[in-house]
Amino acid sequence: MAGSHPGLTNLQRLEAESIHILREVVAECERPVMLYSIGKDSAVMLHLAMKAFYPAKPPFPLLHVDTTWKFKEMIAFRDQRVRELGLELLVHTNAEGIAQGIGPFTHGSSVHTDVMKTQGLKQALDKWQFDAAFGGARRDEEKSRAKERVFSFRSGQHRWDPREQRPELWRLYNTRVHRGESIRVFPLSNWTELDVWQYIYQENIPIVPLYFAKERPVVKRDRALIMVDDARMPLHTGEKPEFRKVRFRTLGCYPLTGAIESEADTLPAIIGEMLAATTSERQGRMIDHDSAASMEKKKQEGYF
Amino acid sequence: MAPANMEQNVEEQLRAHRRKDLLRFITCGSVDDGKSTLIGRLLYDSKMVFEDQLSTLEQDSKTVGTQGGALDFALLMDGLAAEREQGITIDVAYRFFSTARRAFIVADTPGHEQYTRNMITGASTANLAVILVDARKGILTQTRRHAFLVSLMGIRKVVLAINKMDLVDYDQATFGRICAEFTAFGRQINLDAVTAIPLSALKGDNVTARTSTMDWYEGQTLIEHLENVETIDQSRSAPFRLCVQWVNRPDLNFRGFSGTIASGEIYSGDTVRVLPSGKEARVARVVTYDGDLAHAVAGQSVTLTLDHEIDIARGDVLASPLDPPAIADQFNTTLIWMSEEPLLPGRSYLVKIGTKAVTGTVTSIRHKINVNTLEQLAAKTLALNEIAVANIQLAQQITFDPYEKNHETGGFILIDRITNATVGAGLIRFALRRSKNIHWQAVEVDKSARANHKHQKACVLWFTGLSGAGKSTVANALEKKLFALGRHTYLLDGDNVRHGLNRDLGFTDADRVENIRRVAEVSKLMVDAGLIVLVSFISPFRAERELARNLLQPDEFFEVFVDTPLDEAERRDPKGLYKKARRGEIRNFTGIDSPYEAPHNPEFRIDTTHVSAEEAADLILRLLNERGMLGGQA
Repeated sequence: MAGSHPGLTNLQRLEAESIHILREVVAECERPVMLYSIGKDSAVMLHLAMKAFYPAKPPFPLLHVDTTWKFKEMIAFRDQRVRELGLELLVHTNAEGIAQGIGPFTHGSSVHTDVMKTQGLKQALDKWQFDAAFGGARRDEEKSRAKERVFSFRSGQHRWDPREQRPELWRLYNTRVHRGESIRVFPLSNWTELDVWQYIYQENIPIVPLYFAKERPVVKRDRALIMVDDARMPLHTGEKPEFRKVRFRTLGCYPLTGAIESEADTLPAIIGEMLAATTSERQGRMIDHDSAASMEKKKQEGYF
Repeated sequence: MAPANMEQNVEEQLRAHRRKDLLRFITCGSVDDGKSTLIGRLLYDSKMVFEDQLSTLEQDSKTVGTQGGALDFALLMDGLAAEREQGITIDVAYRFFSTARRAFIVADTPGHEQYTRNMITGASTANLAVILVDARKGILTQTRRHAFLVSLMGIRKVVLAINKMDLVDYDQATFGRICAEFTAFGRQINLDAVTAIPLSALKGDNVTARTSTMDWYEGQTLIEHLENVETIDQSRSAPFRLCVQWVNRPDLNFRGFSGTIASGEIYSGDTVRVLPSGKEARVARVVTYDGDLAHAVAGQSVTLTLDHEIDIARGDVLASPLDPPAIADQFNTTLIWMSEEPLLPGRSYLVKIGTKAVTGTVTSIRHKINVNTLEQLAAKTLALNEIAVANIQLAQQITFDPYEKNHETGGFILIDRITNATVGAGLIRFALRRSKNIHWQAVEVDKSARANHKHQKACVLWFTGLSGAGKSTVANALEKKLFALGRHTYLLDGDNVRHGLNRDLGFTDADRVENIRRVAEVSKLMVDAGLIVLVSFISPFRAERELARNLLQPDEFFEVFVDTPLDEAERRDPKGLYKKARRGEIRNFTGIDSPYEAPHNPEFRIDTTHVSAEEAADLILRLLNERGMLGGQA
């Protein structure tokens, strides 16, 4: 690094800020949990947690809300990472949703997401009585997130009220809640998509192979390439999965996550594509499309 | 480009991105000044606006835009549906962009209601402020307000962005006039390093590119300035401070103190002083996941181990022994109020500073400051967005530096203890010496000795309820019974105390808080004297009853809620006060035009519509006996 007294770099500052936030929650909250969604942001958040408490292990469990429609490779990756790091993983699935047979193909993306993801998450937080939950959301992802606090207060019904947010000054965070209320905490609030990829590259953080381009069976629907990940995917007449070299910019439920055609099978190649990209990463997510305000509405209902 | 070449190119870009430093800045100005257009242009020119976001923007510009269907960059900024529908900006938003040299975080704050609260929040993490001025209008009242708040929060680097130069024909004289006026004002408020840039956010002149329109301007464009301004903050050269966040003890062989270095730097082997204990030790290791460091600086999150065992907990401060922070419990501060609920002197709030949280009260408001004129005004309370110089008193001593020396150890927030909301922020100016001179006189005949002598345990029975609920009647009946049993009691009655000790107080919220604070302190002294104290006060606010409770030990305070519904109390109206209040002859009357906050979990609840005063007194007496307050002989 040039200069005799270099300042901290952007990534060093972001890393230190995230570690500060992680520690603050562990020091002040009774029952924290880390929402682990298996994607690249979760991978970075988990890596930061390993750093924040070193040489101790992160003193909280990971929680995965499994909709049962995640890519198979995501679940395999999840189990492998947890084993390697020696951490506790809690998995919750909305049993009522399963009993009702809720799924993205039969009920559409918004019902599926609400029942299996939002309601499932609320059930899990209530079941284990967590008073703080870390999430990997970033402010640069979406407009309503840009206005959300690092410590996002939720009512007993898990609702977010954008007009009742607590001011956050300096490095001082107000973690106080009444019994039954909780906070969602976003240690990556100030990271951009490029920062996340840069950090994964620099720190050599393992990520799900789905981010890398590979020949995968896909069908084209409503302008999106959907991967046929298992036999539950109903094929329309005349529809036939074809192998194309594709990868994913974000990961979620496979029927709701569009792939992009790509040759990028290394990290620098992925980042190269990202730097040249003309669409934002959430574009591949079906749930954001309804209206620009849909994320805000979901958050008010208790979605992360 | 061939794939191999592309990868090489990407790796170069990554190396460049990895070397980038970070500048956090705040933009101050209202919608009319072109603030959103300016930020929109910075994002757009640095390619942070994607095609899908642009298509949403184009769509929104047509339906709710204010630019006649042309791209309305303000819509890119307004993140919430409520904001887009109402055409306003509610809250502080953070924006991100980067150039080849530097990454930027912009705190974007709205220009109208709640302005002060949001601007103070955004400014607290900023190293630089961009103050926007409309070239046609020059320095306005709001420009002065923005400059004052920037100066208050200790931002020393200021850009005066004189926007809309295209609308004054790029006139150099106009630019010069505005600069001169601002510089003169800036000197009054200690803003001396001001860089003025003439620009047009709409046309792009001097934002990211120099154009031929203002040949007379020889300085940098806005983005050049932002890219080159010094970012190594003053905290780096200040003395070492680390507020201990968390004690890391994975096993018996490791005991580390985790925290973010607030200022200065630390080398392995340095001696640190632990505050407030004053003990010293050497740093044995600077531990991180990536290996031990020989040296760490302000802004880094580390874990320190020491060469010998000292008792250290969260909230303690590790500091340089050569220039240690001070310790005190009374301060002169600047307060910024951020809640719809007014600040009430005497009310107990939670004060969080560094990693320490203690209770405290505002003892007096010296004066509030009109943020538009800088005028000093007398005040008894503070409303949302008001700023004041005020003295505070904390329940215990804390480690601090004056805010201008160190933002991390001199800035604090105030939290409401009932709602848990963050209600204010404060800047420590200096400690009040008085706190050093008043010591609690230790006495040998103590509370329990005096109480034992009277065959009782001292306590407070705090009767609360509406006027006319029957508090004094029940308290009176109970005191007679206690007296008959040979117990030593005293009844503090609201009306009686207001004739003497609290004669100077009225019925505003602020005076009600002070009224209760004094009574709570008096009852505490009486408990110390070994008495059973009956307090009969409306005491309408939960916070003050909590304050009274917190002055005493947990088994010494009994809240008695004399629960009479408003219509029943009004029907009884023993002193004719409700009638007067209804006629408007008495103002701030509890239950009529001033709120009563019922207790959530009182020790006793008396429903006077079902039990008489005598029955209620017997009930309380029985429960006191069961709890051993009467020495088991009643």
